[in-house]
Amino acid sequence: MISLNINQKDYQVDADPDMPLLWAIRDLAGLTGTKFGCGVAQCGACVVHLNGEAVRSCVTKVSRAAGQKIVTIEGLSQNNDHRLQIAWNEANVPQCGYCHSGQIMSAAVLLRENPNPTDEDIDMAMSGNICRCGTYLRIRKAIHLAAEMQRKESSSR
Amino acid sequence: MAIEQISRRSFIKTTGTAGLALWLGLSAKGSTRKTTNIATTKNFSPFILVEDNGSITIYNIKPEMGQGTFQSVPAVIAEEFEVSLGQVSIKNTSGEPEFGRGQRAGGSASIRTGYNDYRKIGAAARTVFIAAAANRWKVSPDNCYADNGKVFNNTDKRSFTYGELVEDAAKLDLPKEPKLKDPKDFKIVGKMSHRPDIPLKTCGKAQFGIDVQVPGMVYASVERCPVIGGTLKSFDASEALKMPGVLKVVGAERIVGNYRYTGVAVIANSWWAAMQARKKLQIDWDFKGFDNFSSEDYEEHLRSLASEEGLVDKNIGDITSVSVSPQNTVEALYETPMVAHSPMEPMNAVAHVQGDKLEIWTSTQVPSSVTGNSPNELPKLMGFAPENVQMHNMFVGGGFGRRLYLDYMTEAVNIAKQYDKPVKLIWSREDTTQCGPFRPMTFSKLSGGFSGDGKLVTFTHKVISPSLSESARPNFDKTKVDGSMVEGIGEQDYQVPNLKTSYVRADYHVPLAAWRSVTSSTLAFAHECFIDELAHKAGKDPLDFRMSLLASDSDTARIFRKLSEVSNWDQPVGERRGRGVGQWKFFAGQCAQAVEVTHKPDGTIKIDKVYAVIDLGVAVNPDNVANQTEGAVVMALTAATKPAITFEQGRVMQHNFYDNTMVRINEMPQVEVHILTGEGKIKGVGEPGLPPFAPALANAIFAATGKRIRKMPFELKV
Repeated sequence: MISLNINQKDYQVDADPDMPLLWAIRDLAGLTGTKFGCGVAQCGACVVHLNGEAVRSCVTKVSRAAGQKIVTIEGLSQNNDHRLQIAWNEANVPQCGYCHSGQIMSAAVLLRENPNPTDEDIDMAMSGNICRCGTYLRIRKAIHLAAEMQRKESSSR
Repeated sequence: MAIEQISRRSFIKTTGTAGLALWLGLSAKGSTRKTTNIATTKNFSPFILVEDNGSITIYNIKPEMGQGTFQSVPAVIAEEFEVSLGQVSIKNTSGEPEFGRGQRAGGSASIRTGYNDYRKIGAAARTVFIAAAANRWKVSPDNCYADNGKVFNNTDKRSFTYGELVEDAAKLDLPKEPKLKDPKDFKIVGKMSHRPDIPLKTCGKAQFGIDVQVPGMVYASVERCPVIGGTLKSFDASEALKMPGVLKVVGAERIVGNYRYTGVAVIANSWWAAMQARKKLQIDWDFKGFDNFSSEDYEEHLRSLASEEGLVDKNIGDITSVSVSPQNTVEALYETPMVAHSPMEPMNAVAHVQGDKLEIWTSTQVPSSVTGNSPNELPKLMGFAPENVQMHNMFVGGGFGRRLYLDYMTEAVNIAKQYDKPVKLIWSREDTTQCGPFRPMTFSKLSGGFSGDGKLVTFTHKVISPSLSESARPNFDKTKVDGSMVEGIGEQDYQVPNLKTSYVRADYHVPLAAWRSVTSSTLAFAHECFIDELAHKAGKDPLDFRMSLLASDSDTARIFRKLSEVSNWDQPVGERRGRGVGQWKFFAGQCAQAVEVTHKPDGTIKIDKVYAVIDLGVAVNPDNVANQTEGAVVMALTAATKPAITFEQGRVMQHNFYDNTMVRINEMPQVEVHILTGEGKIKGVGEPGLPPFAPALANAIFAATGKRIRKMPFELKV
């Protein structure tokens, strides 16, 4: 048994230590918001936060995540109201939507590290996430929108 | 009665209606119908359910794969029914026979072909609720109006909710030709509105096929012959069966169009365990000689076939009647490759076989074919009575034509037939990249001839390619032109007095598929680049030359005028820069694009800007149309400039996103979308943005560098 802390909840999972964290999250913890896209850290559909850092759960062994703090898209906010989620809705970003859990999880780390990203910063941080539907312009727009919300929140504080 | 039983069961299950409920919809003949309480009638598609507790449900029969039907179809019904989308529940249908044969999304057809019917359904429903209220008030229906799910009395503003009127409305006949709203009174259609599926997709709640979890479920992964066309001789699973979590290893057939392949499936208690064990399988394949196949050889074969006469498709005027001197003739051969659809959600299905019954959960573009009665639909393919198949269609994580095909379901069902629990089959990314079906390669031989006074008098376009229809359909007639392989090339608005299109079919052994915008995705590249070559020969501006071939009241001329305006076509673009144009008119619709590029000192080409003008007649959600068109540009850019699917020794040489690469955010050009509405017929949204892009880009590169590109994929470097 391996104990995982996902979205501040403890799970005991019966997993081979080499199993990628992705499958433990999806199939053993039953949290299917995190997606399988490529299995080789190429597309970013599986991005989750491990101790606050964006990791590709498809190539992260579950043993490495044991006892660490894991956050998935389901745990990013209580009510789908993280400023990125609000911005994603405001800019009508997703089409099929399959890659967007990973997109948002990558963007969340970017915004924390860089509250005022330029287009180039966004491209740099988000180029590990593929969107086959091609919603890239809207991803850029939504990240700018969320950054603006973040700035307004901090200036009104 | 059997049908009644099934209807009852599935409807109670999907809605759980308690009190009195009224279904309103459309019969197979296209006239409006209704029934109270439970729909028990064949050939009746109940789109709206109104219950006496006030709840209203609109059923969406077009699978949501990112194109926006989860909003657009209900929106048109809601518009005429006078309800807001916020007050209705939207439910996707799952191939239930009661919802008819139209449960399929493809060909950019959901609004294009359904718009008028959806309006009629909503308007007819509104009419009976107004009549029911008028009867109660003993006033004329003309003195009443509907708004926001209520009927109001014009005189004193009394009102009834639709729910309060269910019982009375149920007694009234639906008008066959209800009065439709004046589009200027539209509150939903044509207005920007947030798609109701998006909140589900930002918090991980949207359930795709791959997310389905069924109690007791096990997992499967299939090893298939690395050489397409090879067959299974024997396998040894002894090592695989020793791996932890492995439950069983079975042979599993997959049916894709006219092809049947058998692979070896590992069933395990987790997908990861199945994948690990799959590597331990010892399999003896018979490659059947297909291991000699290479796509490079095949390209050479297509080049040699280009000299054949072929079958004539369209023949206008008489190409042989005019003599054009060689110096006034332009000829070219264009070449396009195979590509994979590569949706982000890998192929998958959960199948549960219990005796003669099948329950299946998946994401598909064609729910109707999962429960249909035709020989090439899932029940009959797999040996089930259609009424014994229950399916659950989920959000589709990318279709692009790939999920028009049932092959991954046939494989899952064949595995499930050999195991007594629900089986979730997931294809790896490598499986999804390599197993096909693929977009066929097409080669195009074109010629154009000018008269002595500079008029274009002859134009021919011959397509040389394997046949989509031959791959997909039984009893394909090789003596006839496969219409899907000459798609659009005889339908452009350009007026040339002598025009001939033709087709040379090439034998092939690899399964083929429609890929977003089907053959227009390759033929438009050849056709519209060649038009540019003709313009160059004529010494004219590419857009002026095109306009000179068009009747001024044609759709294409109208679209080009708008494109010229929004792209400032008459302004120079500057040093080291170039601008190209492309358009395409085909079954799905029409779009024209202008692309601006810069030729940088290091030789690379930077795409500065893409202007797109899409002609629609009506745009239900203009912002979604823009999103679709932006996405079509990205998909076209990937197909034009990223590696294609190639074969060596019978094997696909691309594996995953590291060698089957996709355009990423750092390569994303600016795209500005303009929508033409209000004129002409209703056209599609999902596909038309794709075909014009590659030719517009190649033409822009020519304008900037003088280098003519006649083969996809091409490098963004000159």
